[in-house]
Amino acid sequence: MRQTIAEKILSEHCEKRARAGDIVIAKVDFCFGQDGTSGIIIDSFRKLGVETIFDKERFCMVIDHSSPSPNIGVSAIHDKIRGFAREQGVKVFDIGSGVCHQVIPETGFVTCGDLVLGADSHTCTYGAINVLSTGVGSTDLAITLASGENWFKVPETIRIIVNGDLPKGVFSKDVILNIIGDVGSDGATYQAVEFYGEVIDDLSVDARFTISNMAVEMGAKCGLMRADRKTMDWIKKHSIREPRPVEADEDARYLMTLEYDLSDLAPQVAMPHTVDNVCGVEEVEGTPVDEVYIGTCTNGRLEDLETAARILKGRRAAKRVKLIITPASRNIYLEALKKGYVETFMSAGAIVNNPGCGPCVGTHQGVLADGEKAFSTANRNFKGRMGNPNAEIYLGSPATAAATALEGRIADPREHKRRLK
Amino acid sequence: MVNFAHRLKISNDINTDYIISGRYKFKIQNEKELAKHIFEDLEENFYKKIKPGDFLVAGKNFGCGSSREQAPVALKASGLQAIIATSYARIFYRNSFNVGFCLVECETNYIDDMDELELDLEKNIIRNVSKGVNLEIKPIPGIMKKFLEKGGVVEYFKAHGGFEEII
Repeated sequence: MRQTIAEKILSEHCEKRARAGDIVIAKVDFCFGQDGTSGIIIDSFRKLGVETIFDKERFCMVIDHSSPSPNIGVSAIHDKIRGFAREQGVKVFDIGSGVCHQVIPETGFVTCGDLVLGADSHTCTYGAINVLSTGVGSTDLAITLASGENWFKVPETIRIIVNGDLPKGVFSKDVILNIIGDVGSDGATYQAVEFYGEVIDDLSVDARFTISNMAVEMGAKCGLMRADRKTMDWIKKHSIREPRPVEADEDARYLMTLEYDLSDLAPQVAMPHTVDNVCGVEEVEGTPVDEVYIGTCTNGRLEDLETAARILKGRRAAKRVKLIITPASRNIYLEALKKGYVETFMSAGAIVNNPGCGPCVGTHQGVLADGEKAFSTANRNFKGRMGNPNAEIYLGSPATAAATALEGRIADPREHKRRLK
Repeated sequence: MVNFAHRLKISNDINTDYIISGRYKFKIQNEKELAKHIFEDLEENFYKKIKPGDFLVAGKNFGCGSSREQAPVALKASGLQAIIATSYARIFYRNSFNVGFCLVECETNYIDDMDELELDLEKNIIRNVSKGVNLEIKPIPGIMKKFLEKGGVVEYFKAHGGFEEII
């Protein structure tokens, strides 16, 4: 007893009782790399001198960060990924499949109670469906590829309880930005976070992914939620694997508990150049922007596109704005087509990219010019992130992004209340 | 040999995009070439200041952000002996020792740009020769020290066939 979710999942995977602070060797249920990290995964794997990977069903690579390739260097990496996949008989989600953090849960590779490693810092996303998933570097991933396991320091856990009833025009992105602004960029470093409360219970699984996705922006190893009926329904729809839901014990030991009541929360914006530089939308309202980006592993899901479409329907984006929209996966793109969102976006003057990371990482599909300002639904606004160190990035929800696109200036989505659900 | 401290114009939350921009992580495969672009978005040609064995000194949450391993790889290839910071982000911390690059945790308020430093991992101190003070450092965890001794996790794993011995 007295265990947190992280302690329980790690205990189960190392076959002994894991307590915060212990170092354990644990078996990994699934692992993956993306095109920015897989090149070094392959190199490190070769250096280990192992011929075949531990289990070809438990690893995949996703080509999403620079996809399709914008230059010869990237093309060479993509080619290397495809070659390694053929050699080892593993799955590649090739260009146009979507962002790893949507494609992997959507395809059903992960389920409740799993321990998952990804060579991408936002691997913490699947915490929303009760998976202990965390980001590692390429060489760490190669070690797992060779052995099926890795070493873990069992994290302490911070419990975050979010109560209240979110006002109209305020979304899960605003919730997590508000928490990061409060806790700080290193407020949960080396630690697990467990999210609870009325707000979390009320959110859809899609919206919960947004919250867990950004746990790493406060330094956390993972951002876990318990599995409720919505989670189980979601899992059943996407995965044939047997879920093993894990709950914390009632007397689990937490490093601390933070409680929020967000019934009066305003839409939140992270200002340049750190994610914890957060304010209410009213403080930056009217700031002119040159590019609006809706998409990414944080906010490129169907519900996000629906929100944006509701605000944009029958209207046009401001002339000065490049409006770029990137559905997080091929399935989401197809759904958005069926529901008419893509037509709404195109009629509003938007560019609808192929599924993938889009301009988030700054390698292609919307690199900013010197002095430009972008409003993005991504998870990072570091200087240079979208390809230009002399540009500025503001972060917010898809609703705030859509409202901003219409005005050409940062705008309050609550002005479109009647269009929102 | 005499080694110096280098500080950037910002101290806290130096992220992996600053260490090596996403623009280069795909483009450049050669470590030495990659090292020419470290901290470029904060200060052009910063790499030219570094002599082999020098230190980079920073504040809290060094290495936050993306999981790119090119960050510690480029720092190591630049000739830096170690980073000295008050705290590190998790993934970067693992990545650095995995590639055999040393990170030291200590209070860094008493280290200025171009102070002469000596790192003593046996005694867990940094001697600030310029200021005539010794700074205590947090001992490097045993597992990380072993990776460092071998030159990285790959070398450790090959030599031991796993991690069993360090648990």
